Amino acid sequence: MSAPTAVRPTEDELQAQFDATIAADRRIEPRDWMPEKYRAGLVRQIAQHAHSEIIGMQPEGDWLLKAPSLRRKAVLLAKVQDEAGHGMYLYSAAETLGADRADLTDKLVNGKQKYSSIFNYPTLTYADCGVIGWLVDGAAICNQVPLCRSSYGPYARAMIRVCKEESFHQRQGYELLMTMMRGTPEQRAMVQDAVDRWWWPSLMMFGPPDDDSPNSAQSMAWGVKRHSNDELRQRFVDMSVPQAQALGVTLPDPELALDETTGRYRFGQIDWTEFKQVISGNGPCNEERITRRRAARDDNAWVTEAATAYAAKHAAR
Amino acid sequence: MTETTAEGGHGAVPTGPDVPSGAHPSPSGAARRDWPLYECFVRGKRGLNHVHVGSLHAPDDEMAVHAARDLFTRRNEGVSIWVVRASDITASSPDEKDPMFAPAGDKVYRHPTFYEIPENVPHM
Ligand SMILES: [Fe+2]
Ligand SMILES: [Fe+2]
Repeated sequence: MSAPTAVRPTEDELQAQFDATIAADRRIEPRDWMPEKYRAGLVRQIAQHAHSEIIGMQPEGDWLLKAPSLRRKAVLLAKVQDEAGHGMYLYSAAETLGADRADLTDKLVNGKQKYSSIFNYPTLTYADCGVIGWLVDGAAICNQVPLCRSSYGPYARAMIRVCKEESFHQRQGYELLMTMMRGTPEQRAMVQDAVDRWWWPSLMMFGPPDDDSPNSAQSMAWGVKRHSNDELRQRFVDMSVPQAQALGVTLPDPELALDETTGRYRFGQIDWTEFKQVISGNGPCNEERITRRRAARDDNAWVTEAATAYAAKHAAR
Repeated sequence: MTETTAEGGHGAVPTGPDVPSGAHPSPSGAARRDWPLYECFVRGKRGLNHVHVGSLHAPDDEMAVHAARDLFTRRNEGVSIWVVRASDITASSPDEKDPMFAPAGDKVYRHPTFYEIPENVPHM
């Protein structure tokens, strides 16, 4: 008996197989042939997503030592630890595409790859921790739930794990805010102030408007992305308005109003100049975030090296 | 066409010269790359198989188990963990559409639905 002879398929045949898999809404797996642009686009998107999770630990991390009770400290620790985990799941997904984790970190630290603009804003009061959970994690959920059906298998599977954990993030934030709203007038003012500062940056998390989003169409065609930036942003607004009412805060947008015919909320103009400024490195905390990430990489390198040396010594025995 | 290597357990990773620039390792930080890649498998509860949950880098087997616990079972998702170096996994081939699986494709008689049994025969 002879082994089946492998006939090498042509590039056209491979492309046709890939297209058929996408058209049938089946998943692309790491061993499959894929167009180089699909691979490169995914590496960029997943790396950016991973970087956002890792940098995203910093704003709330600043409150770990100042959380007002042991309960709040334990919750915040668990939440920040989850974000580290999200980063790990995503770097691992990027590695299935041939990326190298340490290399991606180098690119982040050297400013060659970006992360979500939202994490360049400071957490001025403890109420910011609650608002981040409610709005920032809320916006992340809107973005990430459709990604659970992303056409690239490892990315979709990472997103399923992430989404399971995000719901705790949002609820702990909202509960924190509800507690403060039941407190003193100063505490209520603190919550309103945090909402005023985070609302617009949260809307920017969905990225530029559809007519100014060059990669979106291809991403949608490939099933990497499932909904447009504007559609996801609209969903987020529609979800957040009743939540704000229940909480007793005002969203800082005088134009926010229910459109009776569509049943959706109209909202004001987003300041895209600010968005571009923050994305290109001029936000309030860009410098601090990257400096701290670089220090974590460099100052902890000895731990990595020591563990490597220990493993080598034991392997030699 | 991109070359691939099976080292990466959860799937071959491209190594060819035409891997996009976003995926090229830079020469710096070589020491940090010494930690091998481990594939992790978790048994969700007694009675279930271990299932592949993802991968991580660790200096040795023992540390890989500890890291897998922290990364994949923070909420009681498992009662048992397996880790294996990705480089020790032998995979069928770099292609999911492999002729290796073709022999199973035309053997419909291996499935119970191949056999027609009258409706009035119970318990079958
Ligand atoms: Fe996250
Ligand atoms: Fe989160």
